[in-house]
Amino acid sequence: MTDISATSPTIEGRSLGQLAWLRFRRNRAAMGGCFMLLLIGLFSFAGPLFVPHAYDEVFPSYVTIPPSLDPRPDPKTLEDVAATAAKRARLTLEKFELENGVFTATVTSASPIDPRAVRYFDRVNEFKNTQVKETAADQKSLVLTGTVDQKYFFFGTDSNGRDLMVRVMLGGQISIAVGLAASLVSLGIGVVYGATSGYLGGRVDNIMMRLVEILYSLPFVFLVVVLVVFFGRSVMLIFIVIGAVQWLEMARIVRGQTLSLKRREFVGAAQALGLTDWQIIRRHIIPNTIGPVIVFVTVVVPQVILTESFLSFLGLGVQAPLASWGTLISEGAKNMQNAPWLLIFPSIFFVLTLFSLNFVGDGLRDALDPKDR
Amino acid sequence: MTRGGLKRLPRVRSFQPMISFVLRRLMSAVPTVFIVVTISFFLMRFAPGGPFNLERPLPPQTMANILATYQLDQPLWKQYIHYVGNAVTGDFGPSFIYKDNTVAELIGKALPYSMQLGSMAILIALIGGVLLGTIAALRQNSVLDFSLMAFATVGVTVPNFVVGPVLTLVFAVILSWLPAGGWGDGSLQYLILPMIALALPQLAVFARLTRGAMIEALHTDHIRTAKAYGLPSRVVVITHALRGAMLPVVSYLAPCAAALLTGSAVVESIFTIPGVGRYFVLGALNRDYPLVMGTVILVAIFVIVFNLLVDIAYGLLDPRVRHD
Repeated sequence: MTDISATSPTIEGRSLGQLAWLRFRRNRAAMGGCFMLLLIGLFSFAGPLFVPHAYDEVFPSYVTIPPSLDPRPDPKTLEDVAATAAKRARLTLEKFELENGVFTATVTSASPIDPRAVRYFDRVNEFKNTQVKETAADQKSLVLTGTVDQKYFFFGTDSNGRDLMVRVMLGGQISIAVGLAASLVSLGIGVVYGATSGYLGGRVDNIMMRLVEILYSLPFVFLVVVLVVFFGRSVMLIFIVIGAVQWLEMARIVRGQTLSLKRREFVGAAQALGLTDWQIIRRHIIPNTIGPVIVFVTVVVPQVILTESFLSFLGLGVQAPLASWGTLISEGAKNMQNAPWLLIFPSIFFVLTLFSLNFVGDGLRDALDPKDR
Repeated sequence: MTRGGLKRLPRVRSFQPMISFVLRRLMSAVPTVFIVVTISFFLMRFAPGGPFNLERPLPPQTMANILATYQLDQPLWKQYIHYVGNAVTGDFGPSFIYKDNTVAELIGKALPYSMQLGSMAILIALIGGVLLGTIAALRQNSVLDFSLMAFATVGVTVPNFVVGPVLTLVFAVILSWLPAGGWGDGSLQYLILPMIALALPQLAVFARLTRGAMIEALHTDHIRTAKAYGLPSRVVVITHALRGAMLPVVSYLAPCAAALLTGSAVVESIFTIPGVGRYFVLGALNRDYPLVMGTVILVAIFVIVFNLLVDIAYGLLDPRVRHD
């Protein structure tokens, strides 16, 4: 109490929100977590603007290459690549030189060469802007020049030759959105439902909790299939379906806390003062359940993101070439032994997000706790 | 003040209200299961596809015969009445994919495997989670707390389908200490890896819930009073703080136990365990309607029973909780 009055000499009422924000800002770990989440959000949503390739762009020359800070292609392999390209054009590669990212190749053939053969060089991912520099008098030999198309794959590529970094960014967009939506549903419906059920008790509680049991027992797969049939496949629908089942456990937890809270003295005092049930639930019950609620939200978010990958596995969620962290991780798990980076990179972002979320959650809990001011 | 001041008052507890509470709840389970059965039955029929829709369509006459055998050619409401009528007498119909078995046989045969595995996983998750959570709470904001919670975060985040193969790779393939899968003779060595894969995420959730609730409980007035009386801190923590802190843990225990005891499709398929878990996915994908209904009723019973047990446990943990 003393430090709060010391920072503000003017005596002024502070709302719960102001107080919470003040306390939250002082929590270094929580602010760090916020900053980290912001960075991951920026990476996912703004990142694709700074990467030259799209998430669904396929590079046939770079299939399943490991992550590297060096640009592709590797200069040592270029001569072989040029030889293969020349062979496709039914030419023989005589000489190949490389200088400052510009290559010069001499190709020969038994018959006169069509200058359009340069297209075969541009067709591989390694070269671009190939032009004819010199043509021999008999047209049976050409000197070609062009630039080496340098590309960076910091996270490597997947088994289809797509840049993993852009896919992790895209996956972040979808997974963050799904996690956010589901935790809001779980918070909004679960907390209010659980608190109402527990506080009102008796027959209302009995009916409300039987409804939770019914929803919990329904076959999830069919719920999804039927919703897809009626409303068509959309990302929005994934949010709704996952949200619809994710608030049930939250409701049970909040109800459990409420059963104990409603016999406390402060609730009795509020009742004696003539507050309505809803006022008591909103002002006295819900703020006191904040501890388990926040812990459980930080558990719900990863569960939701992984449930989404299960839906995708059933062909009902996000479909290729789109990706989410969940689908990337499950794809990576299949290639764990020969291409571990496919599992490692999406997992790093996933785990990092959850770590930050835990810090933010703990900070919020401390800031919002009504018992501790 | 001597410790005599804390002598427990003799507790007067009549079991009459408890028995009537349990009886009332068991009666309300009947309509609950009935509603679950009804919604699931029609929900699953609204989904496109059928059990006998193969890539190469069957000749119409054959199809008609098959449908007639399973009474799928009758109007939906008649099938529903037929199903409910049979289910009441304990006949849950034949499975469509496992043609020689009834649903009751399939689930009856597979359930013991899942339940044995699941109950051990729950025990590990609960004991381990509460223990780690309590230790973390007692050392709040220390390095130990941080590392335990980091472990818990990884536990929640890393999915089964990653943990399972990694465990097999390390303990079965590289170290070859444990079998890679299968049930074998059901001895412990076959159970360890799937048990860990099942228990780890739940252990992490329990640890996080316990830590949060424990930190709150340690700051309450009655704990301060108990400490002021000079009770040994072990007694304060275990008998007083932990008891209050168990509420959210116990709340989560019901859905968690129902989910683990009815098997996990992912873990059971990774470790090739002949449990019920796979029937959830197989039944749904193959539109094996009776099998799906069987699994739905199974889950409903588990959820109802565990919620009832948890509601009883609330009253034991916190005397303020009363069921009216």
